[in-house]
Amino acid sequence: MGRNRSDLIVFVGRRLVQLVPVLLGVMIITFFFTHVAVPDPCAIWAGAHAQPYQIQNCRSTFGLDKPLPDQFVAYLSSLLSGNWGKNPPSTVLAGTPVLTSIAIAFPETLELVIAALLIMVVIGIPLGVAAASNSGRWVDHLVRTLYLSGWATPTYLGGVVAAIAIGPALGLPSTGTFSSNPTFAQSLHFSVLDALFAGNLGATLDAILHLILPASALAFLNLGIATRMTRGSMLEVLPMDYIKTARMKGLSDFWVLYKHALRNSLISTTTVLGITAGTLLSGTVVIENIFQWPGIGFYAYDAILHYNFVGTIAVVIVFAAGVVVANLVADIMYGFLDPRVEWR
Amino acid sequence: MTEKRIGDGTAVVRDEGAWTRRRRFLTAAAKGFLRVMRANPLTFIGFIMVVIIAVLALLILVVPPISQVLLGHAVAILPYDPVIGDCPPALYNAAGNCAYPPSGTHVLGTDNLNRDMFSRVLAALPLDLFIGFTVTGFALLVGGGLGLVAGFWDTPRTLGGFVSAVIMRVTDIFLAFPSLVLALAIAASLGRGTGPSILAILFTWWPYYVRLVRGEVLAVKHQPYVVAARAAGVSNLRILFRHVLRNVIEPVVVYYTLDVGTVIVTFSTISFIGIGVPLNVPEWGNMVLGYETYLLSYPWTILSAGAAIFVTVLALSLLGDGLRDVLDPRSRRVLAQAALPSTLAGVSAAKAPG
Repeated sequence: MGRNRSDLIVFVGRRLVQLVPVLLGVMIITFFFTHVAVPDPCAIWAGAHAQPYQIQNCRSTFGLDKPLPDQFVAYLSSLLSGNWGKNPPSTVLAGTPVLTSIAIAFPETLELVIAALLIMVVIGIPLGVAAASNSGRWVDHLVRTLYLSGWATPTYLGGVVAAIAIGPALGLPSTGTFSSNPTFAQSLHFSVLDALFAGNLGATLDAILHLILPASALAFLNLGIATRMTRGSMLEVLPMDYIKTARMKGLSDFWVLYKHALRNSLISTTTVLGITAGTLLSGTVVIENIFQWPGIGFYAYDAILHYNFVGTIAVVIVFAAGVVVANLVADIMYGFLDPRVEWR
Repeated sequence: MTEKRIGDGTAVVRDEGAWTRRRRFLTAAAKGFLRVMRANPLTFIGFIMVVIIAVLALLILVVPPISQVLLGHAVAILPYDPVIGDCPPALYNAAGNCAYPPSGTHVLGTDNLNRDMFSRVLAALPLDLFIGFTVTGFALLVGGGLGLVAGFWDTPRTLGGFVSAVIMRVTDIFLAFPSLVLALAIAASLGRGTGPSILAILFTWWPYYVRLVRGEVLAVKHQPYVVAARAAGVSNLRILFRHVLRNVIEPVVVYYTLDVGTVIVTFSTISFIGIGVPLNVPEWGNMVLGYETYLLSYPWTILSAGAAIFVTVLALSLLGDGLRDVLDPRSRRVLAQAALPSTLAGVSAAKAPG
């Protein structure tokens, strides 16, 4: 075991294999909640005034009249074969396959989450450094109050205030991804990149402006995690001998803090940011609705509200997979940041 | 004070008596508490706020039924009815409803149905706080218990090792779900309402505690004092509860304090999305939902509800964050520095490598 490229490949391969049972478990639990815990979803789907035969029809359409093990086999085989069902008529995207809706929505969510992560890193980490290097003084107290207030503000409250009050005040757009329907093809469904590849700089700027409010609202809640973690690990690193050495050889404060100390503290911050992916993804459900952002969270809300079971199952599985992959990425980053880590 | 002679009578063991010991422990704890609070004003503020909020919630919950029994009539803590609004045409404002800004009679103003915002915000306090504490407590018991087992009996190729492997695999699967999303899916499939949303959070909250407690147990259980206890023939269960559990509990308490706030936020998010608490029940999340459209016209409605969550969660986080700094030996040194008189602190900070 070591740190060359083949070790990395073995490491990633093994982790990917470990994902299989986790994802299988995710599917089983989702099955449990959607098929076992609900006594009769058809009674809800068919509506309050449905005739008994309508409910019976619904049951046979969805295979709910079969024994549970049969249902489970059918459920699993359709999931694995990529046939994730179609959106029922009551939803916005009625009739389109669930997998297609997810494939379109996913990059948009990814864009939002990446933008939020960027804000967290660019603002959150320097704040943590500032707090740690002034620990116990007013800067520290100020930063701690700031990140705790971000933590204490529910995503939805921050989102509503940003969309209704802050957006208009700053002249920032607060709905959707573009001001007008784009004339170019949205092949990636990643609004900034789509506009950029189409060579339309005006639309690119427009897309970035549309991204600012939702991404900041999403980042504000989680800013504290990056700041708190950076502050904590900086406090651990700062009393160490090598920092003393760096100061003694006459390095400026900036270089000591950002090159020597931060490099070491980033190890734990990265891990925590990877774990935050779940929180960020949860946050998108709320934020995308407030800002009408056409991502998975928006789709999830619609699916959950309209009892779109196939959609709900798909969203939960995709989100779970997203969390697992984010943790894997964090693990790999960890190895890159810490030269002592061996791939195993 | 009694003296006990052991062995041949040369060694004397002084037994101070249970009361003296307890008093000494309490004074030490109180002193430590005071020192911590002085070193960290934010923690102190958080502590005071949490106490006030908890007492308030208790009063709102307890005073009406007790006064009913004792005095024959219910003494209301809330100045106005939080649920039923009454908006006669005589009170209409320019927009044709009853929303009035804060005034002497209505400290936080009224909403469109002429309901007093102050009463509404307070009426939601017991529910939100109760759910925060109990759901987290349940997660702590279940997750913590499983974590203790998984951490303590983890020898491979034994029954315990097998059980702990199963526990950890199941926990890993549950950890993969973003809790809000699974909670939303559960709440959507079990139906809407307060009960299902509580159940949904219960289902998703325990795995974090398994991870946390197991990690702490693994760190503690090979410490010399545990090995010594084992060598002295202390039984497994006794080691678990007397030696391991006591040393694991500190970080768990810190996490719990921070987590109560997170549960409150998650619970109110479920109501905000519209599948939790019914709209007529005062709850902070669904108040934000209900008053969303009034943010610009009657900002006091939505902002009082938002401020209530903000203040509650902030108080809990300030307390938890401070407790972590205090209980974590690595940052204790920094705190001790901050606790010095300011001139001394300046000197030592200048000398300190940090």
